[in-house]
Order: sequence, then structure tokens, then C-alpha cells
Amino acid sequence: MPNNQGDEIRQAAAVLVKEIDRLVKQPVRIMEVCGTHTVAIFRAGIRQLLPSQVELVSGPGCPVCVTPNDYLDTAIAYSRCDDVIITTFGDMLRVPGSSSSLRAEKAVGADVRIVYSPLESLDIAASNPGKKIIFLAIGFEATAPTAAATVLTAEKLGLDNFYVLSAHKLVPPALRALMADRKVKVDGFLLPGHVSAIIGEQPYHFLEREYHVPAIIAGFEPLDILQSVYMLVKQIHTGTAVVENQYSRVVKPGGNQVARQVLAQVYEEADATWRGIGVMQGSGLRVNSKYRRFDVRVRLPVQVENTCEDAACRCGEVLRGLVKPADCLLFGKTCVPEHPVGSCMVSVEGTCAAWYKYGAWRWQK
Amino acid sequence: MCLAIPAKLIGKIDRLATVEVGGITRKVSLMLLPDAQVGDFVLVHAGFAIQTVEEEEAKRTMELLKELTELA
Repeated sequence: MPNNQGDEIRQAAAVLVKEIDRLVKQPVRIMEVCGTHTVAIFRAGIRQLLPSQVELVSGPGCPVCVTPNDYLDTAIAYSRCDDVIITTFGDMLRVPGSSSSLRAEKAVGADVRIVYSPLESLDIAASNPGKKIIFLAIGFEATAPTAAATVLTAEKLGLDNFYVLSAHKLVPPALRALMADRKVKVDGFLLPGHVSAIIGEQPYHFLEREYHVPAIIAGFEPLDILQSVYMLVKQIHTGTAVVENQYSRVVKPGGNQVARQVLAQVYEEADATWRGIGVMQGSGLRVNSKYRRFDVRVRLPVQVENTCEDAACRCGEVLRGLVKPADCLLFGKTCVPEHPVGSCMVSVEGTCAAWYKYGAWRWQK
Repeated sequence: MCLAIPAKLIGKIDRLATVEVGGITRKVSLMLLPDAQVGDFVLVHAGFAIQTVEEEEAKRTMELLKELTELA
């Protein structure tokens, strides 16, 4: 049975690739916005399957990658306080700040703990009443509601030693900024499936209305991605540009309304800095005035070192699809997964890390 | 970071669910998906169920792909 299923998948993939090849009359550039797509594309070898006219470029959809140095520097400053426990998803430990990283601080005694769920921070807060627990709240719309729900739970439990250091980002404003950037050339988008599970289809419709760019909400299986590329090239072939939902088994047109309400209850939109890209208007979230007592920046201000970025790092251009990782002088030399210089090499979902792990045949001479 | 996995909801007490994936069970919060029922497949992200996975839609996708293979 598994073999038959495997054969069916291979046959379906072959048909999709053949159809894509038939429909593509000119070079097309498709951006996969989400880092999870980037990894799935590399892991399944989809770039090699597609005709050479179809170029897949990675976008700014890895939350670790777009988190700027000043955020890391702030987290590091907090981690140096004696009465602080930092809780975070694992990837953040290795991201370099201006002069240190959370991993380096942990090695010299900082209390930095990896959590699978932000809710685990509340158990830590309850069992460490003399400590201040700071959760590093990063991620896009798929993750932000989990942090918001954690704040609401902390309030319900009456915990007064739990805080968030928020750097949540929003996908649609980033897409808008990309489309407004004349240097960025994209003929179609593969939209992030799990972000869309929360926000639904509506927030993407500006792409068809204002920019006439087709976009497909895509799942993460190799066939999902191939089918989504097929749907995109079909639209490009016929000159249409609409938002379509390939991932309808998970993404409902209206998204998850409960999650959106929880998000809106705790957060409000704010300008946000994206690593290597700069400030994008309305592209982030901050804790609103009602829940500001959970915002560590407001409640417990800390002195942060002057932030600086490695001038040679080209993460900002990689995140906009302007250059390939191999175009960066640091890539594969001083910047490798074991010793990342830029954030795109840190996360397993980072473009540079995926290129390094799966794409060596392309860049290694 | 945005990795989410589908899991079967096998138990539910208020807003706390037990889910099973690949023979392993774990607790997840239903705060963001309060209407999920035992027997549903749910997408789990960062310790929270964030959406139900529609089996019918999944079947339709598989049928579409099967049709494609028949065209081959």
C-alpha cells in the first residue's frame, strides 16, 4: 500500500511538472514567503524538478531571520539581570546580537530556558515567584495568538512576574512593502499556509486589486507546493491575478476568528523593524494599553548596548529576494550554521541555512 | 518556527486537550480552537490547536491528485 501511494504521488508530481512546463512561456519569479515552505522546497528537491524558466525565491517569512539585532541586544541585556529568567523558542539562542548571543550568555550563567509552548513560561513563573519571567514573543500571525493567549492566561492566574518582549510581525504589510519596492521583481506568491489558517484569505486581496499579482495559499507537502506553483503559472498564462486557496483542508476563508479576537484583545498594530530591511509601517504588533503591564519594555526598562550589524551581511537583500545567499561574501565561509553571522543562517527555516544544507551542489565549485 | 503538525484530538477537558500524533500523546491548549471535538484532526502550533484539518477537504485534494495521475 505505501508503495502504491508513493507511486501515485510520484505520478501526480510528474503530471504537475509537465503541465507547469507546458504553461510557462517566459521566465517567472515566484516568491515563497514562508520559511517552512523554503525548507520543504529544498527537502523535496522541487527546484530541481521545475523547468528552468521557473525561479523560486525565498521571502521574509522566517521570523527568526527578520528579528533585528536591537531586539537580540535587548533580550541579552535582560538575560544579564540576576532576577530574570528568559523563556524562548530554541532558534533564538543562536542568533547573534551585536556582541553576544543568548547561548553565550547562558554559557556564562544567564537563566535562559527553551520552551515548546509560551504557556510553559507560566509554569516557570508560578514556581519562581522571586524571579521575573520574560518570554521572547516573536513570530508571525500563526504564533502571535499563542503569546496573546498566554498573556490572558497569566492575567487569569494573577501572575505578576510574567512579561513578554514582543517583536511579532505581520505578513500582509511585508508583502505590501515588497510590492512597493521597485527593486523586488515577483510574478507570483506562495502564501504561508499556517499564517493564513489564522488570518484567512481576505488580507491578501490587495495583491490582486492593487498589484495584479497572483497568489496561492499553499500547503507544505511537496505535492501541495507543486500544485500551488501549477495554479500560479496557470494564472500567469491566462493573465489573471487572484488569491486562491490550495490549502483549503486547513485554511478557512475567514481564518480562525477566535484566534484573531484573542490577538486583537492583547495586541495592536505598530511599526516594526525588520532585520536588514528597516522599518515597515504597521508591520508589527505591540501589547496594547490594557495589557501593557505585561510589556517588559514598559514595566522594566533596561540599558541596552549600542546596536551594530555586520556590514558585510546581506540578510536584508536575501530576505527580499534581491540576492542569492551565495552572492554574500560571508556565505559558507565565515557564516555557516555552526557559526552564523546573519540570522538567515541561524534558523533551520532560514534561506541561507537551507541553501547551505540542501543547495550545496549549486554554490560549491 | 511556524512549523505546525496535524494531530488527532483524543481527549478534552474544558480548554485542555490531549492529542496523539505518531503514537505520542501530549497536552495542548484549546483556547484558540474551543469548538474542536474528540476525534477531530487539529493543527498544533506552539502548544496550541490553531485550526481543524478538514478530512473531507483532504480527501478532495487526494481525489484531485488521483485524477491527475489517471490523466498521465
